[in-house]
Amino acid sequence: MLHARRGSALRLVAVDAAAARLGLVGGMTLADARARHPDLAAQEHDAAADAVWLEQLGQDCIRFTPHVTLLVPDGIGLDITGTAHLFGDEAALAERVEDHCAALGLTSRSACAGTLAAARALARHARLPVSDEAAAIRALPVSALGLDAEATRACLRAGLKTVGDLAARPAATIAARFGMAAVTALHRLSGDEQAPSAPLQVETPLHFTRRFAEPIAHQASIAAALAELLDRAVASLRERGQGGRAFRLELHRSDGAVHALDIAAAAPTRDPARIQRLFAERIGALADPLDPGFGYDSITLAVPAAQRLDAAQSAFADAGEGDPASALAELVEQLSTRLGPGRIRRLIAQDSHIPEQAQAALPALTHPAAPLRLPAPAPGEPPLRPLLLFDPPQPVEVIAEVPDGPPLRFRWRRKLLDVRLYEGPERIAAEWWRRRGGEAPGGGGLTRDYYRVEDQRGRRFWIFRHGLYGERAGPRWFLHGLFA
Amino acid sequence: MIDVPPPDISLPLPEKAARQRWPTGVTTLDAALGGGLAAGRIHEIHAADPDDAASAGGFAALLAAGVVGRGKPLVWLRERGAVRASGIIQAEGLLELCGTLPRDCLFVLADDAPALLRAGHDALRCADLGVVLLEARGPMPRLDLTASRRLLLAAERSGVTLLLLRIGAQPVPSAADTRWSVSAAPSRSLPANAPGAPTFDLALLRQRAGPSGLSWRLEWNRDQRIFQDAALSGAVVPVPADRPAAGGTVVHLPALPTAA
Repeated sequence: MLHARRGSALRLVAVDAAAARLGLVGGMTLADARARHPDLAAQEHDAAADAVWLEQLGQDCIRFTPHVTLLVPDGIGLDITGTAHLFGDEAALAERVEDHCAALGLTSRSACAGTLAAARALARHARLPVSDEAAAIRALPVSALGLDAEATRACLRAGLKTVGDLAARPAATIAARFGMAAVTALHRLSGDEQAPSAPLQVETPLHFTRRFAEPIAHQASIAAALAELLDRAVASLRERGQGGRAFRLELHRSDGAVHALDIAAAAPTRDPARIQRLFAERIGALADPLDPGFGYDSITLAVPAAQRLDAAQSAFADAGEGDPASALAELVEQLSTRLGPGRIRRLIAQDSHIPEQAQAALPALTHPAAPLRLPAPAPGEPPLRPLLLFDPPQPVEVIAEVPDGPPLRFRWRRKLLDVRLYEGPERIAAEWWRRRGGEAPGGGGLTRDYYRVEDQRGRRFWIFRHGLYGERAGPRWFLHGLFA
Repeated sequence: MIDVPPPDISLPLPEKAARQRWPTGVTTLDAALGGGLAAGRIHEIHAADPDDAASAGGFAALLAAGVVGRGKPLVWLRERGAVRASGIIQAEGLLELCGTLPRDCLFVLADDAPALLRAGHDALRCADLGVVLLEARGPMPRLDLTASRRLLLAAERSGVTLLLLRIGAQPVPSAADTRWSVSAAPSRSLPANAPGAPTFDLALLRQRAGPSGLSWRLEWNRDQRIFQDAALSGAVVPVPADRPAAGGTVVHLPALPTAA
């Protein structure tokens, strides 16, 4: 069950079947509902998430018809003119849609009518299934017209309970009594007037194919074909005001084999030379080289991902090297294409105080440069965090003066190191709130006591004791990082 | 007998534009380098011992972020094996060490030495970068004189400085401008026996067209973002005020004549 703030009260906006059986309805205040059934499971309503979901569902429904209209907040209109026969008939199509929705875990009601407004009203208010459309529309309650609350109440007070009652009156009378909106709504239901609709835009995928009369195998011919395809792709991208983020080249060999090459750009681009360079890089990085065999008989270039890219003023002649940010982006995409996107990374600070989780190394291709949100180090202090961190920490044998005290001597990588200077402990607790039962004493995980130590030669280490003596018997020591 | 004209030695050599130099902040060091580290060149930084990898890496990072780069983007290239041997680079640790970070830091992991060198070469050609830090572990026979000359050509063309961090390698002939050996040095302790600011023992093994064989003990001053001579910044045992230092005598200086 979902609730949201309406006016000054929290009211129910949606109830599930179980709640409906308990007699709860939308519009009731949450306090009333709680008073009746104290153990209600109520969540706050997220309208934005619903809108996104509806949009996704609408895009998904393009499988049934290219003409999909979103009926915000909770409906989808499909214009099935000319597409019903692809699924058998209208009933079969409706069944397919309902099955599809059921597979997604949705409860749906569907109705088919001559106009979008009529179908919407029937799906929401009529008794399904509908056999006679005109009769069903006449039998709809006046609330199906979607008038404001006052006009609906006025209709009911005048004894006009159904759409049919209202439609039997002269239009001028209705307009005078209940406003012009009532007449318009009636006309839209009956199909005398078409309501404007804004169907979802369907982007045609960018897909360019070049077929050859004879299979081609020469590198020069393939390069020429690619250049031609790139010109077409770039022209389309420019028309849309977009730049490609990913490109896919498919080489169809005459014996049926398909070689696919994928590249990704760090920033949207429609520079053919740059794209060509990336493809050359990709071909160079292939484990086994492309084998044209008896030749390729068609080449396809697709742009699976495109983003908005506004036209930029090109520099004046001899103005310089060009945009420095794009030079760096080119380096990123070049290295990502050759070594793999995960191999060139940026460090992003994370919300965690556990040292090994405090940063994430994420592909630079998909994560643009952003200033690190880290506090500036305190003046006068030496570095408190190591430059290099071992993950997992490396076990060390430590001799301490007293069990709880700082390390005196430790053995790391089979070398015995004497501690000359130390600072600590810096106590870092485990993230007990992430663990089941972490709030109970001893349930939150082991605390770490970190020491910054320097050995006789001046090397600086970050070592910690895993667990306090109260938490476990004989806690172990680990070396976690190296300072400069 | 044909008269061979004497070679005209008065022709001036093609003059190269004076390189930009980045001063380190230590007077004697900058004097030995002729003003500082040259930009658009290769500087080799050897870890004196494989155990000093963190110190050499830290010194290279300081040069990259604090001295040479001056805020321009940094690319740090490593081999995959480096992560297991000496750990993951920490952004927070880098910031704590240098006091400031370049505008953009990219970290590249290469599979093997050829891929590493090729990626380094590509990075050097990107003129937007300030520094490329290439961490090469082991002897790496691929990184010979020819390879380093190739890197130098790319660096000179773009003006990007290459810091070549060598760990566990013997110095071999290369096109580097300077070659350093770095090891950890005991730091000046803070109150309560705490380890102090990063301190390095630095030896200038070789310098193209300049003196070499010099050594320093440097301390990094993060607040001013310069290196300091650790011997001058008070790392020596302070002289007691009430009695003469061991082996010395108290000399009374004559009073300065007051200005008339």
